[in-house]
Amino acid sequence: MFHVKHYDVVVIGGGHAGVEAAAAAARVGARTCLVTLKAGTIGVMSCNPAIGGLGKGHLVREIDALDGLMGRAADMAGIQFRLLNKRKGPAVQGPRTQADRALYRSAIQGMLATINNLTVLEAEVTDLIVEGSRVSGIILADGSSVRATSVILTAGTFLNGLIHIGREVIAGGRMGEKPSCRLADRLVSLGLKTGRLKTGTPPRLDGRTIEWQRLESQPGDDDPTMMSFMNDAPIVRQVSCGITHTNERTHDIVRANLASSAMYGGMIDGVGPRYCPSIEDKVVRFSDKKSHQIFLEPEGLKDDSVYPNGISSSLPRSVQEDYVHSILGLERAKILQPAYAIEYDYFDPRGLSPSLERIEMPGLFFAGQINGTTGYEEAAAQGLVAGMNAGLMSKGMNSFMFHRSDSYIGVMADDLLTQGVTEPYRMFTSRAEYRLHLRADNADQRLTERGRSVGVVRDVRYAAFSEKRCQLAALKDQVAAISLTPKDLGKLNIHVSDDGQRRSGLDILSMSGLETEHLRAALPMLQDADKKLVVQLQRDSIYDRYLGRQQDEVDQLRRQEGTAIPDGMSYVSLPGLSNELKTKLSAIRPPTLAHASRIEGMTPAALALLLANVRKQSLGRAAG
Amino acid sequence: MAATIFALATARGKAGVAIVRISGPLALDALAVFGVGAVVPRRASLRKLWHDGAVLDEAVVLFFPAGGSFTGEDIVELHLHGSVAVISAVTRILAGVQGLRQAVAGEFTRRALENGVLDLTQVEGLADLIDAETEAQRKQAQRVLSGAIGARVAEWRRDLVRAAALIEASIDFADEDIPVDVIGEVVDLVKGLRVVFAREIEGSRVSERIRDGFEVALIGAPNAGKSSLLNALSGRDAAITSAVAGTTRDVIEVRMDIGGLPVTLLDTAGLRETGDEIEKIGVARAVVRAQQADLRILLVEPGSEAPDFELGPDDFTVETKADLFPGVGRISSATGEGLDMVLMRIEGVLQDRLASAGLLTRDRQRDALTLGVRHLDSALVWLYEGYEHVEFVASDLRSVSQALEFLVGQIGVETLLDEIFSSFCIGK
Repeated sequence: MFHVKHYDVVVIGGGHAGVEAAAAAARVGARTCLVTLKAGTIGVMSCNPAIGGLGKGHLVREIDALDGLMGRAADMAGIQFRLLNKRKGPAVQGPRTQADRALYRSAIQGMLATINNLTVLEAEVTDLIVEGSRVSGIILADGSSVRATSVILTAGTFLNGLIHIGREVIAGGRMGEKPSCRLADRLVSLGLKTGRLKTGTPPRLDGRTIEWQRLESQPGDDDPTMMSFMNDAPIVRQVSCGITHTNERTHDIVRANLASSAMYGGMIDGVGPRYCPSIEDKVVRFSDKKSHQIFLEPEGLKDDSVYPNGISSSLPRSVQEDYVHSILGLERAKILQPAYAIEYDYFDPRGLSPSLERIEMPGLFFAGQINGTTGYEEAAAQGLVAGMNAGLMSKGMNSFMFHRSDSYIGVMADDLLTQGVTEPYRMFTSRAEYRLHLRADNADQRLTERGRSVGVVRDVRYAAFSEKRCQLAALKDQVAAISLTPKDLGKLNIHVSDDGQRRSGLDILSMSGLETEHLRAALPMLQDADKKLVVQLQRDSIYDRYLGRQQDEVDQLRRQEGTAIPDGMSYVSLPGLSNELKTKLSAIRPPTLAHASRIEGMTPAALALLLANVRKQSLGRAAG
Repeated sequence: MAATIFALATARGKAGVAIVRISGPLALDALAVFGVGAVVPRRASLRKLWHDGAVLDEAVVLFFPAGGSFTGEDIVELHLHGSVAVISAVTRILAGVQGLRQAVAGEFTRRALENGVLDLTQVEGLADLIDAETEAQRKQAQRVLSGAIGARVAEWRRDLVRAAALIEASIDFADEDIPVDVIGEVVDLVKGLRVVFAREIEGSRVSERIRDGFEVALIGAPNAGKSSLLNALSGRDAAITSAVAGTTRDVIEVRMDIGGLPVTLLDTAGLRETGDEIEKIGVARAVVRAQQADLRILLVEPGSEAPDFELGPDDFTVETKADLFPGVGRISSATGEGLDMVLMRIEGVLQDRLASAGLLTRDRQRDALTLGVRHLDSALVWLYEGYEHVEFVASDLRSVSQALEFLVGQIGVETLLDEIFSSFCIGK
């Protein structure tokens, strides 16, 4: 008889979702166990060696604001920092960094090792312990069981993972690692609805065989923007990326071999992302384009491997050799690992609660790619949501809700559980209707205090945040106290329309195109202030004018979010709803009116009907 | 489960036929209470309605199954003899059936909207159609009811989605390989929308007139014959006429149909300097109302001087009392001479204005588009700065699409519904 271990939270998987989930659960005080097939692969970046970007950078900052790992690990591993959309408004700027794979992995593993309440267990999970409909633990390949109040599954691409290289098919969750098929079968036998998605990765090249001197090079920003609020400057040596392009010969080679591509030869059923096309897709769908850009991204400071971003493929190895060698600077490049496409199972996320718990199976949380998303950042953010909430649940505390109006995390969770996915889901800034408010630079102001109230934010970060908040408030008061007439401003070389209206310091700060020296003459307190705070205050002032408008919408949304739909709502017997909507509502069971409103195909009329019924029911209850 | 509702669909009172409409899941079951068995869908069935062992009435019974009915639910219509006694007996009996109740105001239409049979503008079109008194009103309401606004909005939305997609692509895919400059195309799309929105708003003023009626003011010196003309044109003694100058003090309104157009004819106090306090107020009112009217006709007694009043380009002058002072182009309210000419001239002027009529007929609709124009203007301002503030352009375009949703009723439904349905009458 095995000794049965007991934890509050068990996390299955050591990818970006898994580590963030385990760390968050442990931070809120839950006794947590992370189970992975191979402890050495915890924190591995399976695809591109970069963290952040548009929408994604926002997610990293939000994870960081709640004291998660990703931002700090990215800074420790960051070898080329670039702020995307630098010449556009701050709300749509996204921080991004190339990350040294080895440094990233060791940063994550190092941070996990310092967390109290967290145990790492190397084992294969083969089954779940299900009591009634509730999940209460896992069973390992050796037959032993681990009991837990809740289980978070972050299996990534490992569930029935199939790797395709041309006509070669290899079962695996990542190159060289075996898939989890028994667990996938078990989940299907429990009645969870699955679908099939695919994604791809380019070949890895040996950097020593690339002729860098013939290529354009792209350095990082002169004034690097960090991923974490806790850091100010890069920690390790910075490097440049190379840029090259495909040409007509490359395209000819791809075109001539399309039939042997796994994706075009009909070997793959899964749906791939439209925004991350393979070289086959690019050549076929954009046939009028004679050339496509390729970023050559170093995978690490002590690693010669290079990631050629932009040429993912599922062509056979020999064809990969040919098309790579047709590209400028890569004529003699050696392929270290071939490009491949991977197909994997995902579970329809429309069966999740806002905490990412399966509604039909309390105690079981899903995070990451198994929910149909793609990307490290998307996975990590879901891990954080699931980990925090599983941890809070084990302590009998209320769940921590993310809203569309307070975070990209809220946008993503809500999109997943109300819309489901038709292709791998990636974060874009355009998914956030409150984009002007949800900026990467104010993620801490949006989330850190709330995170502190449930214990997920630890002392060091909270102290740093409190200090910054305090200084920012003081600076804002000083600036706001300034009040100048157009005449006063004219004397300071700041020219505004002479309407007799006084301008406050904040108005002045929000004006675009002012010379720094003129601005400082008008607002002398800026001279001694921390530059980061000044930038922050400036951005707040620019957007404040537009936020009033958005605030009305936010308020309306909050009211709808406040209208809970009773658990037992019977949609089937609601007259006036189309059968399609009845089916969708019954499957999704939206917790609030706001969630219902975002279900695809929802009509205003049906929404009004729902509202009327919710009110009727609550009236009935009050009367009864 | 939604209640099954019923109501008298025709006007109250004695009539040849009266229709009671029943809508909801129990509509068909309700027939059993009258001893009526199966009826064929969408076919007229002549049936005896029984009650307490006696025949209550013989009625034509129609059944429209859910999915193919006005409300989207099962509907049964009882075409009864239009007797007050029959109607009250039938409705009393229906009210006694478990699960049935009288419809509240506008409830049938509300269900049509809730079940997606009509969109919001179509509901408004239906209300206008029911209220339509003239041909022009009928045509306009019919156009709205057929979903013309929704179709137009769908066109606008296509351009808007294109513009927004271009902007969003320049934001979200900045790190990808998209060298194309999108600002030019977005500016063109936004300007294009700005033009059609403005044209619709302008046209809505005429459409609103078609719905509410054009005002035509009769003005002139005291005793020029304004009240006599009003009475002659409307065919009744709406205004008191006398030989005493200054008889008309207040503004008198008469609604009439001129060539299919709804017109409110205004009789006003004669324009003159007066010491009489009450008449003075009347004259002031006459001036204000005449200025606000859509058309002014200045009446002049031959030989007298016309009062000082500035006429607009379409306004015209008519000489009166042709029976006393015969002459070419003069009219007489007493003999009817030349009255046709006046009517034709009014019709001619108003018909010309119809050409610019738009689709929108209500303040609510115009407000939505006005809001849209405001955001389009704001987007244009940001677009002139290139890419620096595309996030504001995107935000404005989102607001424009929300304004369009407001127009066809996809947001803010809750408040709107209450407002719209409170103005509806039972059984429509």
